[in-house]
Parts: sequence; structure tokens; C-alpha cells
Amino acid sequence: MLFKNIKLASIAVSVVLISYIAHAEEFTVTQTDKTFKMSGAKVEKLTIKVGDSIKFLNEDPWFHNVFSLSDVKTFDLGSYPKGQFKTVTFDKPGQVDIECAIHPQMQLHLEVK
Amino acid sequence: MKLAKESMLTVFFISLFATGVVAAEDKPVLKAGHPSLKEWILPAAPAPKENIPNAARVDLGWHLFFDPRLSGEGNMSCGTCHNPGLEWSDGLPTAKGVKSSILGRASPTIINSAFNTILMWDGRKKDLEEQTMGPMESNVEMNMDTVKLFKWLNDTPGYRKLFEAAYPGEGINATTLSKAMATFERTVIMNDTPFDRWLAGDEKAMTAQQIHGFDVFLDAGKGNCAACHSAPNFTDNGFHNVGLASWGDPNPDMGRYTQKPVGRMKGAFKTPQLRGIALTAPYFHDGSAKTLMDVVNHYAKGGEVTTNIDPNIQPLKLSQLDKEDLVAFMNALTGTTPTITIPTLPQ
Repeated sequence: MLFKNIKLASIAVSVVLISYIAHAEEFTVTQTDKTFKMSGAKVEKLTIKVGDSIKFLNEDPWFHNVFSLSDVKTFDLGSYPKGQFKTVTFDKPGQVDIECAIHPQMQLHLEVK
Repeated sequence: MKLAKESMLTVFFISLFATGVVAAEDKPVLKAGHPSLKEWILPAAPAPKENIPNAARVDLGWHLFFDPRLSGEGNMSCGTCHNPGLEWSDGLPTAKGVKSSILGRASPTIINSAFNTILMWDGRKKDLEEQTMGPMESNVEMNMDTVKLFKWLNDTPGYRKLFEAAYPGEGINATTLSKAMATFERTVIMNDTPFDRWLAGDEKAMTAQQIHGFDVFLDAGKGNCAACHSAPNFTDNGFHNVGLASWGDPNPDMGRYTQKPVGRMKGAFKTPQLRGIALTAPYFHDGSAKTLMDVVNHYAKGGEVTTNIDPNIQPLKLSQLDKEDLVAFMNALTGTTPTITIPTLPQ
């Protein structure tokens, strides 16, 4: 009986996890002309859901260094050149302020819901 | 069939042309006044909407800027370290503060600081208004007791009159003082250099050597200077560890890292603008380069101490001629700022 309950619970957790992953989206934010852009347009604010991720793709001929020191999500992607990307998944709700350390005018204010 | 073939050829040539356009946009045509150079033309100096410049505000800022009574010992004004006779800097490797103590960083020129989107070598101030009180409040710089300062300003009829003309009804306080000083500093604009005249179409403004120097400056495979000293104000308003020898000191200046604790920012400092550069030696935040050729040689080598050096900085393939032309180009960045007289100070 106990074994059956554990099995059922595992199935339930798996179903929740699969549906969570299935609904998570991946956004691409490029570093282009020392600006954060989405689909070629400058982006300064973005709202996403918990579980979504952002792919930070460097399209500039120089290095960028994307980071956030926000409590909700702290990360430092390091410096990488044109054509390379790194992806961050946002797993908690709240405000996340993202910048390029080298070029501080590049700022993205993220709201994770 | 023939039509189809022509269409294909047309598509092919349009594709080639499109590729060429992209390449052309990446590197401007180096001819006086060419439209592809327009990103280098300085626009009108911006100002915040809550501090729009006018004559009374400039006048008040001018008096304050040159008034040594704003320092604790009554012997240092803003103009002491930002001396108009020394291209609005001080000609020293690093600044001298209270009682001539030697400070850790060079006094940057204030030429064209109106265009900066972030201020100070470590970026700790966002604009000129926010920066103004810093040196007065610092106990190693002007070391002023600001309570006494504002009491004295309020007790000085000449200043009461100037403040009321500039900011009617707003009083004499840190906000109005900072606004006035920032407004004056926004008049220190240099936009008449040979380079600027060449951008405007004067073919004789720059020599062939200087134009070649600009080419080296732009070329990512040569000088790659514009990667950081970008248009129009020759700065990306960014922060870079450029691998100076002083970065190898036992306790080096951590620079931007003190404001943004991200690894890349250890030893990183703000990119300075370059108009007027030939007359603001010595160079770098630590004043370690005596000449522009020393600066060029530093970058050609790829830096001295390369631990955590900005990855955008790599050894350069520059001939001696390239180096000389780069320096010649930087000499074409010397122009004038508005003529300044020293004010009779309010009593």
C-alpha cells in the first residue's frame, strides 16, 4: 500500500514537472550595438514567468559581461565574444536588474511573475 | 528563361550590394564631410529637464566653480584641479588634495563631461549634479564642512542675489549649488577641433597622416581604439581593466569593482573621452603614461599586467608608422573651450 502511494506521488510530481517545463519559455536577448535587444528592437523592460529562461547572445564585435546582483537572481555570466551565448533560468518571482558590467548603460529590468 | 536568368543575377547582385552596405556601415568612408561619419559629430550638450541651462545659472556656477572659499582651508576651488589653463585638468599624475596630499587617481578633464552618462573613474556618480558635492564633502579633497558652507553662502548677500536669480524661490542648498555648478560645467564644450571641422566637410582640416591615424584608430585589426573610445564623444561610458603596471601592486586600486562587485570590474576604470587629449598629459587614471606615444605603446603591447585585463584588449599589429599616425590623429583632437575669465567673487 505504501509502495503504491509512493508510486502515485512520483507520477503526480512528474506530471507537474513535465507541464511546468512544457510551459516554460526561452527568450533571446541579444547584445547588439552595446544595447540589449529582442528581435532587433531595444528592450529595457521585460516580464516573464517563473521557470522561463533568457538566452543572452552577444552579436557585437567586442566582449560583453552580463550580470545581476539582484536578490531574486544573482549571476555573472563572465565575458564572452561575438556569436557566443549563455542562458539563465529564472526560478523565483520578483524584480531582477540585469546589466553589462563593461557597458553600464546596457540595462534590462526584468519582472519575473 | 532569359528573364528568369536576369532575375537571378539581379538577386545575386542585390545580395552582394547588401553585403557591401553592411560592410560600409561598419567602417565609414574617410572623406571630409561624408555622411557615414555623422555618428562622430557631437550633438548639442544635453541637460536634465529639471535643470535647463540659462544665463543666470551659468553665471552662478561660474562664480562657485572658481571660489576657493568652498574648501575647508579656503585655498582650493573646483578650478584648482580642473584648471582651464591646463585643459580643465591639473597636469599632475594624480590629484593633490587637502594640504597637498597626493591622491590615488588623476583629475580628469571636465571637457565634454556634459555628454557623459556616468561619472568618475569608478562610475560612482550618475551625472554632474550628483557629482558636484563629492569633492567638497571628501575629507581628503576640499574637506569642507558643508553646514558651515551653506550658512556662509546664505549670509553672503552677493551669493543670495545670484542664487535667487538662477533658482528663484529654491533657496541656497546642496541641490541648487549642484545644479548651478553642473550647468556651468556643461558649457565647457570642445567641438571645433580639426577632426570636427573635417567631419563638417573641411578637407584641409586634417592632414593625410591624421586621416590615416583615424583609420588605424577605427580598424578592429589595427588600433581597435574605437571599440572603447566610441562615437561621438570618444567614450563608451564603460569600464575596462587596461592592464597598467600599477595593477600589479600588492594592494592595487580596484576601481569599478568597489561600486559593482563583479569579477570583470576588478581594476577597471572608466574610458575617458579624447577631445583635448594632447594637452592633458600625463595619461591613465594613475598618470603613468607621460606621452600619447607611451599610451599607444602600452596598448600595442597588450598591457603590462594582464591578470583580469579586459578581453577586448589584445596585442596590436601596429607598425611604427601606424603608431605615429595614431598620435598625429589624437593631435587633431585639440580645439578650444569657451574663453574663461576668473570672476570677482561675491561678498
